[in-house]
Amino acid sequence: MIGASLPRLEDGPLVTGRGRFVGDISFPHQLHMRVVRSPYAHARLHRVDITAARSAPGVAAVWTAADIADLPPIDFRDPANEALRPYRQPLLAHDRLRYVGEPVAAVFASDPYLAEDAAELVAIEAEELPVLLDAAAAPGSFAAGLSTEALVMRGGYGDVEAAFAAAHAIVALDLEIGRHSGVPLEPRGALAYHDAARDVLELYGAAKVPHRNRDGLMRMLGRSAASVVLKEGNTGGGFGIRGELYPEDFLVCLGALRLGRPVKWLEDRHEHLIAANHSRQQRHHARVAVDAEGRVLALDDEFYLDQGAYVRTHGARVLEMTIAMLPGPYRIPAYRACGHFRLTNKTPAATYRAPGRYEGSFVRERLMDAVADRLGLDRLAVRRRNLITRAEMPFSRPLSALGTDVAYDSGDYPLLLDKALARIGWERLQAELKRRRAAGELVGAGVGLFVDKGGLGPADGVRVSVDATGAVELVTGGSNVGQGFATAMAQICAATLGVDYRRVRVVYGQTDRIAYGIGAHASRASVMTGGATHAAALKLRAKALDMAAELLQAAPGELDIADGVVVRRDRPGGPSVSLGEIARHLAPDSPLLGERDPGLAAEGWFRTAHMTYPYGVQIAVVRVDGDTGAVTVERYLAAYDIGRAINPMLAEGQLVGGVVQGLGGALYEEFRYDERGEPLSATFADYLMPTVREVPPIDVLLTEDAPSPLNPLGIKSAGEGGITPVGAVIAAAIDEAIGVPGGVTRLPATPQRVKALLRGRG
Amino acid sequence: MKPAPFAYHRPATLDAAVRLLAELAPQDGRVLAGGQSLVPMMAFRLARPAHLIDINGVAGLGDATVRDGELRIGALVRHAAFHRPAGGGPLGAMLAAVARHIGHYPIRTRGTFCGSLANADPAAEWCLVAATLDAALRAVGPRGERLIAARAFFRGAMETALAADELLCEARLPALPPDTRWGFAEFGRRAGDFALAMALAAYRVEAGIIVAPRLGVGAVEAAPRRIAAAEAALAGQAPGAAAFRAAAEAAMAALDPLADAASEPQYRRELAGAMVYRALMQADAPPGRPG
Amino acid sequence: MSEFAEIALTVNGRSYPLRLEPRRTLLDAIRDCGLTGTHMGCEHGVCGACTVLLDGEPVRACLIFAVQAQGAAIRTVEGLATGDALHAVQRAFIAHHGVQCGFCTPGFLMLATAVLEREPDIGDDALLDVLSSNLCRCTGYRGIVAAVRAALAELRGGRT
Repeated sequence: MIGASLPRLEDGPLVTGRGRFVGDISFPHQLHMRVVRSPYAHARLHRVDITAARSAPGVAAVWTAADIADLPPIDFRDPANEALRPYRQPLLAHDRLRYVGEPVAAVFASDPYLAEDAAELVAIEAEELPVLLDAAAAPGSFAAGLSTEALVMRGGYGDVEAAFAAAHAIVALDLEIGRHSGVPLEPRGALAYHDAARDVLELYGAAKVPHRNRDGLMRMLGRSAASVVLKEGNTGGGFGIRGELYPEDFLVCLGALRLGRPVKWLEDRHEHLIAANHSRQQRHHARVAVDAEGRVLALDDEFYLDQGAYVRTHGARVLEMTIAMLPGPYRIPAYRACGHFRLTNKTPAATYRAPGRYEGSFVRERLMDAVADRLGLDRLAVRRRNLITRAEMPFSRPLSALGTDVAYDSGDYPLLLDKALARIGWERLQAELKRRRAAGELVGAGVGLFVDKGGLGPADGVRVSVDATGAVELVTGGSNVGQGFATAMAQICAATLGVDYRRVRVVYGQTDRIAYGIGAHASRASVMTGGATHAAALKLRAKALDMAAELLQAAPGELDIADGVVVRRDRPGGPSVSLGEIARHLAPDSPLLGERDPGLAAEGWFRTAHMTYPYGVQIAVVRVDGDTGAVTVERYLAAYDIGRAINPMLAEGQLVGGVVQGLGGALYEEFRYDERGEPLSATFADYLMPTVREVPPIDVLLTEDAPSPLNPLGIKSAGEGGITPVGAVIAAAIDEAIGVPGGVTRLPATPQRVKALLRGRG
Repeated sequence: MKPAPFAYHRPATLDAAVRLLAELAPQDGRVLAGGQSLVPMMAFRLARPAHLIDINGVAGLGDATVRDGELRIGALVRHAAFHRPAGGGPLGAMLAAVARHIGHYPIRTRGTFCGSLANADPAAEWCLVAATLDAALRAVGPRGERLIAARAFFRGAMETALAADELLCEARLPALPPDTRWGFAEFGRRAGDFALAMALAAYRVEAGIIVAPRLGVGAVEAAPRRIAAAEAALAGQAPGAAAFRAAAEAAMAALDPLADAASEPQYRRELAGAMVYRALMQADAPPGRPG
Repeated sequence: MSEFAEIALTVNGRSYPLRLEPRRTLLDAIRDCGLTGTHMGCEHGVCGACTVLLDGEPVRACLIFAVQAQGAAIRTVEGLATGDALHAVQRAFIAHHGVQCGFCTPGFLMLATAVLEREPDIGDDALLDVLSSNLCRCTGYRGIVAAVRAALAELRGGRT
């Protein structure tokens, strides 16, 4: 069952329209919250006049910062650098407006239409201030005594200066990744219900890291862990954007507590595009020193991350990830990175699928292509020369990522490159492209290699139990944002236990069902929750066989479990006992219980000190329209070694979805601003995401050549590796198509930009 | 993004609709037909009509019929009606080809031809068709009926010659001679997006040279129009790449492209030239292949 | 000006009486009836998550006011299955992994149903044109396209 592409357990309700997304849940007498947002990118806030709004039809309350003055700004999810603390976002703006979209007031009304009517009546009196929109320009002032350069983070090892001094050649690039983000199809929402009888506050809607968010909420609200419960239903995509605590999440909780009615908030799409986390915008000045054969001697990168107006729950995580993972699959004997974490008057940014790695891969792979071009070498040959080999695994770098050292657990990068090239028929492809170019077509292929990360620890635990009917319940602290979490965990549990996976009910996202949980992010669930599930199921199996041994008068080693029934291995048609019966015999009042702990249940934990490192190769073939600069992706191959696939169909689905998001960032998606800081990409007519027409046939090659030694199942994870190198791969393909080596230095490669490159080549 | 409140009216006849519009237009009343442009604007509260006059229930507005050498398109004829060629001949085939580019299928089941003209978005395909073919647009209002030539109808971005109390009840397109060659090309970022440039070409060939050329460009300026200089470059020439290049160059020189968030003017100009050339090449496609 | 209208919407063959403002969208009104399978993704007519069938045609429910839809036969995702028996297109979405988060799914199912019923002989290129009407952010479309192709093939008699 592990490794089988079984249909998903989640699908039944979803295809019949019976899912429960936060917008689908309602409580009697609930209020609807509508946030009033700053129309200015930067201003001194003088007054917020709520008089008219307060007396508008259906309005129960209108709050400004003064009404919640006792509450601190939103804290970081994990311990972060002290220097970042002053840059945290208040729930509602106090005396400064720092981005268009910043929450200024909250209206609570009986109906969302009325709430929006009332919100329009709130008058904001503010004095506009100059805006700062370029993170690479000189920093400005965030507040008295605080620079907009919140932090500078450095990482590296080796003697970079010596390497550059001794280099045969030095290649320097100025590269930019445009501002874009996950933009899930379900806008954000939250629904808070205070059960006054039990004094429990329930929050629906935030998904991803339920227990961490519970902790954040209880700290902010001054409540115990048991009195704040997060409940997850269905979630319309996350990609890192949903599930961090935003001002609105706190406001609905406060509303429910202080107004004595449930509070429901659903943002609209326009709000999402200006208020939910942005990501990706970085500018790099990267240099690489190489020898005559293209071996990298040192890599030196200075970059600017455009964080937007505040530092949100992630602190400087994206900065850290960029630095740690930029070297990728190459040896890079000496490395120096300096990341400037800079605030601007834009929507705050945070993590989006493969954070820091989409950006870093663009930089690294552009450098490798540039080295090949400079030295007149084949770009694949240059990469091979630099690839870490299987013999060198595990491969450590003196860098830190997410609290662990960067230590590649296993991998055969050259082998995957060979397999990818064979799969796409590289030689034949090159010949065909040459022939087409000779006939006047602007076509080209690009290749990108990368290492991603997964399985972030340090620990996760689950509880599994079987009831008297033989039904299995697996209680996790995980989160399901559409990736098939429940199916994957059910498969592991079922395979280990010996039951049909459809009999396994997976509980996730309910913080009152289990004390500790890690949610689902950073591609960690399949490794960590999967590992804990495996461990728990083994314990449960042992307990079941111990009881069964007594019932069947056999040694546990002589027994097996098939489809929920325990049988003797040598007599599968003979006497048997079902797990349900065993559970009954293990009831607290069972005469056969003996000295055992009651219940057919077990707890399992998985601990790890290091992350896993899945790795991949992607290849794109593009055709450029010489008149318009439009890029058509004709073919795409995503090869990825995930150690071990729990459900190949789900893993492929993640990769394909990731590739398409990557294409969005490479060609179409960008949050743009005018010179006053007014967002220009604030509707789906302006923020362009790929439709089926923009998507090429995508071939996925999943391999399991390098199982991770860090967990018994060998899983590396698959969630983020579709998206990581796409920007780099598309850029390389466009360069070749238009015959401008190193032409694409900026994403997205819009038709206008590509046309300019065509024009420039004469 | 909920619309602001409005009063809703659903007249059953054209007369009633006209009377309501006359009465309510001064109070910020607007006509609701397909709604595919108006309702999104209302969702953003950029449009806040106090009254909506829903004409979807008015009888007699849903036909597209050929009469007196014209295709007469009623106010409720949807974009989707043109998927299958309306009437025979080149006009029907042209409209079917153009319709495919309008938004997406679910928009085309609701949005109307006349509504698109009255809305006058610079990037609207039907506006380009109307301007290029010199359509006549029939407006009805409290002061009676009038026929407005397309040339005078499109005044600017989202601006027409219609008075606030006038309803566009019919668009009349001249039937094209059966030997008309035509071509249409547009460029947008993705499937179904608003065009950044589009061109519509129609001409006949007599004794091996182009006669009566029509060449219209849309989405590049505030309103679509025929480009006289491009037509002059075509008239009397043999159809082929050389003449088409010349027409494209002439169009590029004649256009004054919008400067907007979508693109810089020079790039817009180049796109226009490319679309003109492509539309003409398409018109010249070998017989047997739909032009 | 917040006059209320008393209307009845016919959804999946059943009549739902409603009292609402004219500005209430068909999307919100359908959801007010407890039929929450039709989803709100953008409210300005681009993403297609709100796609329903109105007299057999796929439309964006966020661009129609509920008062306009009286007397029309509205079909939503809740009406696709017959009891416990899933519609061919629903089965195909499960079999071909056309669902990840499920938020865009009802819109695609209704769009696909419209194609299956109105144009069962649609060519593949035209099918992709129709499917480009709706956005999906999770799947990259591969599973969705495979599912709709399979449902069409099943309808046409098994030839894939």
